[in-house]
Amino acid sequence: MVDNPIETNSPGSGTRIDPGIVRCLPDQTRPTSRLLEHKLTSDELLHLYQRMVEIRRFDELAMSLQRQGQLGVWASCLGQEAAQIGSAYALADQDWVFPSYRETAVGLMRGITPGDLLHQYRGTWLGGYDPYKHRFAMNSIPIATHALHATGLAMAAKRAGDNLVSVAYIGDGATSEGDAHEAMNFAAVFAAPVVFFVQNNHWAISVPLSAQTASPTLADRAPALGFRGMMVDGNDVAAVHRVMSDALEHARGGHGPVLVEAITYRIESHTTADDHTRYRTAAEVEEWRERDPIARLEHHLDSLGMLTDDIRRSTREAADAKASAARIEILQLSAGDPTELFQHVYHGERPLLQEQREMLRAELRAWEEM
Amino acid sequence: MSGFSMVEALNRALADELAEDDKVLVFGQDVAALGGVFRVTEGLHDRFGDRVFDTPLAESAIVGTAIGMAMYGYRPVVEMQFDGFSYPAFEQIVSHVAKMRNRSRGHISLPMVIRIPFGGGIGSVEHHSESPETYFAHTAGLTVVSPAAADDAYSLLRSSIRSDDPVVFLEPKSRYWHRHEGTLPVTTLNIGVAQVRRPGTTATLIGYGPTVEVCLAAAVAGSDEGWDLEVIDLRSLSPLDTSTLISSVEKTGRAIVVHEAGSFLGMGAEIASQLTEKAFYSLQAPVLRVTGFDIPYPSAQLEAYHLPGVDRVLDAVARSLSY
Repeated sequence: MVDNPIETNSPGSGTRIDPGIVRCLPDQTRPTSRLLEHKLTSDELLHLYQRMVEIRRFDELAMSLQRQGQLGVWASCLGQEAAQIGSAYALADQDWVFPSYRETAVGLMRGITPGDLLHQYRGTWLGGYDPYKHRFAMNSIPIATHALHATGLAMAAKRAGDNLVSVAYIGDGATSEGDAHEAMNFAAVFAAPVVFFVQNNHWAISVPLSAQTASPTLADRAPALGFRGMMVDGNDVAAVHRVMSDALEHARGGHGPVLVEAITYRIESHTTADDHTRYRTAAEVEEWRERDPIARLEHHLDSLGMLTDDIRRSTREAADAKASAARIEILQLSAGDPTELFQHVYHGERPLLQEQREMLRAELRAWEEM
Repeated sequence: MSGFSMVEALNRALADELAEDDKVLVFGQDVAALGGVFRVTEGLHDRFGDRVFDTPLAESAIVGTAIGMAMYGYRPVVEMQFDGFSYPAFEQIVSHVAKMRNRSRGHISLPMVIRIPFGGGIGSVEHHSESPETYFAHTAGLTVVSPAAADDAYSLLRSSIRSDDPVVFLEPKSRYWHRHEGTLPVTTLNIGVAQVRRPGTTATLIGYGPTVEVCLAAAVAGSDEGWDLEVIDLRSLSPLDTSTLISSVEKTGRAIVVHEAGSFLGMGAEIASQLTEKAFYSLQAPVLRVTGFDIPYPSAQLEAYHLPGVDRVLDAVARSLSY
């Protein structure tokens, strides 16, 4: 393990994967190898703890709303809070995020309201928030396809002389897609400021990592394409923040892209439409539950004497209050005027769509009169 | 040599847009130093520097990165080297280019142009002569255009680059080197408007891209039979200018659609259906199609059998008149 993983490599020459998995917080479930210093103050650690609790509470709310029939489907990020929140906390306001459908925590960290974020899952529209306001692109359901958009936006920002980093959030399964490879290769060739934040949660629906790649690590992809790869314990929020901060600084400094492999675990099924008991053992899930990222931070804060019963209680109460407000906001989402279906397809009017909109209007009028 | 070829017209259109709008970028495989395999981008890199650049060989990435650039306010014009090589980019085009505006509820526009040399008749190898227009025209959210003449190529490409909607720009390879008398710049019709290339009364021949010339040649040959054939150049496949088609059929009573793509679910099928719905009482005969066979594109020495030619068009006119 090296103290400063960034300084071990220089861009463009002899790049290689930084050795080892970066950890900053002790892992109470196993003997911990050497820990690195993190870059967070005590207040920040406490703040991240509160956000993690709050966002987990939100994830549980979404799960139950789906069970109640209020959401069509839900892709839980339970267990991945440290990876998502630690990385999102390292971002600057001007940075862009290109998320997949599981980046709920990142979206909430970017200030998107729960309702705006969940249109897609409630089925009221395909999206909802203004991507430019939050610099959080439309989440991408076709796997890895958005990594190219992240690279393209980074190439554009670099061309414009703007100081921003574009972050592609992808998973272990996505690294098998051609688009992930192409996005990384283009980013490296054009030295574009991109961080490929790969949450290796070990499962692509039912296919385990071992069946996804013969490569010993996912971070190995980076040096093969001439850029830096780093690995971090994705259940260690402080380590994720440290590595992501280094990666962002590297990209922002004009040294090209970085791949961060955050090793974590998808505790829930792929989505509520999936049943993970068909393809993995309860023992495996249990082992990772014990390595829970919130428990890990709690343990650390405890050891520092920072977590009083009062703070635990107020954190839980604040999370409950936010979840109640989110529940109301989500239940109020509605699809609105069906003729909006024709409104955003093109800039201008199209005769074919005008015709079809009129047909729908006539049907709506007829139904009203019935 | 007087006048200009379609390649020269496209080159000039790109140059004029690059000169007028510094947000326009041109990139793809071999477009910089080489000037494109068809030389459409010749000299642009020298004149505009890194706004015209080569990329690694990856079509999905060319289109996918263009999406990110368009999101950031640029107007990328990307080149797919050949029709048959556009398919790796198909997912990006269908799942993102076409849908981004709608799924983002109007927040994100993607003003970008995907240039694709298309069609056959140039004696090339497999994957170099395809007609993929139906795939794109079938996809909501895309504008699909194809010029048939050099002057129109210039104007249509400039309009496409200025469009706030993404445009698939299909360049008929077999027309690349035909020359047009006159000078550039020139302004033709808007996107979405079909053009009557030759007025007539006997029957309406409908083509686009490479087959407009076939229709015009058939009209000349048909005059020997005493036929006065109208020729319509669609120019825009999506949106489709059905009102120009309907007006023509109201006059002639007969329509024949000519394209290189196979007949099954092709543009001809759509046009036949629309004319049947909207000009039924004007039709004296069923709308007929003269198309490539419904086979994979054949080898160079056999392509002449496959491509719709003047004789097949004239046969179709005769069949239409026999109803």
